[in-house]
Amino acid sequence: MTDAIVTPVERANRTKYLPWITTPALVILLVLVWHFYTVLSGISPFILPAPSKVWQVWVGMLYSPRAWSHTLTTVTSTLLGFFFGMLVGVSLGLVIGRIRWLEVTLNPFIVATQVVPKVALIPLFVVWFGFGMTPKVLVAAVLSFFPILTNTVLGVKSVEAGHRDVMTSINATRLQTFLQLDLRNALPYIITGMEVGVVLAIIGTIVGEYLGGSAGLGYMLVSEMNSYQTDGLFAVIIHMTILGFVFYFATGLLRRFMIPWHQSAHA
Amino acid sequence: MSLAGSMTSPAQLEGAASPIIKLSAVSKWYGTRDRPVHALAETNLDIAAGELVVLLGPSGCGKTTLLRMIGGLLDPTQGRIDISDKELWKNGERQGEAVANLGMVFQDANLFPWLTIEENVALPLKLRGVPKAERQARARDLMDLVKITGFERRWPKELSGGMRQRAAIARALSYGPDILLMDEPFGALDAMTRDSMNVELQRIWQETGKTIIVVTHSISEAVFLADRIVLLSPRPGRIDSIHHVTFPRPRALDVQTSLEFQSLVKTLRHRLAEVE
Repeated sequence: MTDAIVTPVERANRTKYLPWITTPALVILLVLVWHFYTVLSGISPFILPAPSKVWQVWVGMLYSPRAWSHTLTTVTSTLLGFFFGMLVGVSLGLVIGRIRWLEVTLNPFIVATQVVPKVALIPLFVVWFGFGMTPKVLVAAVLSFFPILTNTVLGVKSVEAGHRDVMTSINATRLQTFLQLDLRNALPYIITGMEVGVVLAIIGTIVGEYLGGSAGLGYMLVSEMNSYQTDGLFAVIIHMTILGFVFYFATGLLRRFMIPWHQSAHA
Repeated sequence: MSLAGSMTSPAQLEGAASPIIKLSAVSKWYGTRDRPVHALAETNLDIAAGELVVLLGPSGCGKTTLLRMIGGLLDPTQGRIDISDKELWKNGERQGEAVANLGMVFQDANLFPWLTIEENVALPLKLRGVPKAERQARARDLMDLVKITGFERRWPKELSGGMRQRAAIARALSYGPDILLMDEPFGALDAMTRDSMNVELQRIWQETGKTIIVVTHSISEAVFLADRIVLLSPRPGRIDSIHHVTFPRPRALDVQTSLEFQSLVKTLRHRLAEVE
């Protein structure tokens, strides 16, 4: 037989471990520049605190039950918002990806939810739902559903005609075609949408907490600012950034488990 | 006329037994009411069980249209198609009972990238509710038949084009249809792989006794494979002539160098040039 096996994975391995070196190196460089700037320029710690001080405060946060309670509030709102955004985004995307007239009908309204400044909605949500968790969840959901929706639609539309022919020729029902073909074809796209969506969900939650409420990292940020604790402000920002990374990579990890066949799972 | 080929008119009846595929006055129009395109003129064709028929013709002759109608992917505008004495199309709806006896292979293997080779081969059985152990055993048998044993757990992208096409054949045979319809199955392969796949197809056909229809625009492929070549001509697509090919089986690739083979190829080429 003249046929041979192709293994495209090896090629990607060369650059795979590069970030393990470059990322720490660049972070260290950045911190060094920051450190020497604060030492040499004599800038007020109210404007720019030294990295060592920020580190101290952040480590202190890790031992503070109050900070963890705020973190938990933010994580809960984010996950709930993300969950609802995903629920609406995926199910709506699967439907309008297959039904053209519905897509045309709903499109202006879907775009409207995105072009309206979400920050302007928050006071309205506060009026409707109070200062609790609900308005934050809602903002997170509104922000995260859009990339998930558009990617799902793209995923359903990108089903190859030849694959549909196969399902027809093996006598598949509509439901079987939907489950075995449309859904599975859309999955890599959905996960891409989720990666963007989860980051937007965090932003939505934090902005919501920032503008109204008494809990969460967004609220913590405001209270640090109001008491002129610039080092605390920096610590909260770093805390949020790490949280964002965790969410992003957790979503990315889905690739390995849900779409091991896809090229992106090995990148 | 060459020794290996003889010509009959399309209307002539083939054999005495009831044909496994019967086309009665089938025609196809595409397009809108204002600008209709006549893809296939009224066509009659009987295919006997166990026959290997090749539909040969230039592009636009309606050979793929014809095959897709027989395969239940495209409804005929007029006429009637019977598969094993069951009507395939009723009021524009394909009938599952008739479709169940058809297996299709396309120019692209069209394997699902999210399924392993074995899962791809077994997919039709999964949809039919066959238990896992049973469909696995069946998939392994078929992978053995098409000689891709050892690749059960591979993703389709890890296989070469020829091997993917073997898997596609195995999938089409998985639920045991009597008929295999192939639309330019080796058209995307390189010449050498294509030759070996044609030998393989002949072996699979002889081992399984299936009825096979192959669409191609390669004259030598048609002559190598066919019991009967149905030559189609374009505008509108219609059956031009039918050529019987009587080289003994199994045919080796060397048959292509024989004078009879080449003279039949020449006859067909001249005829194709005339109709185009």
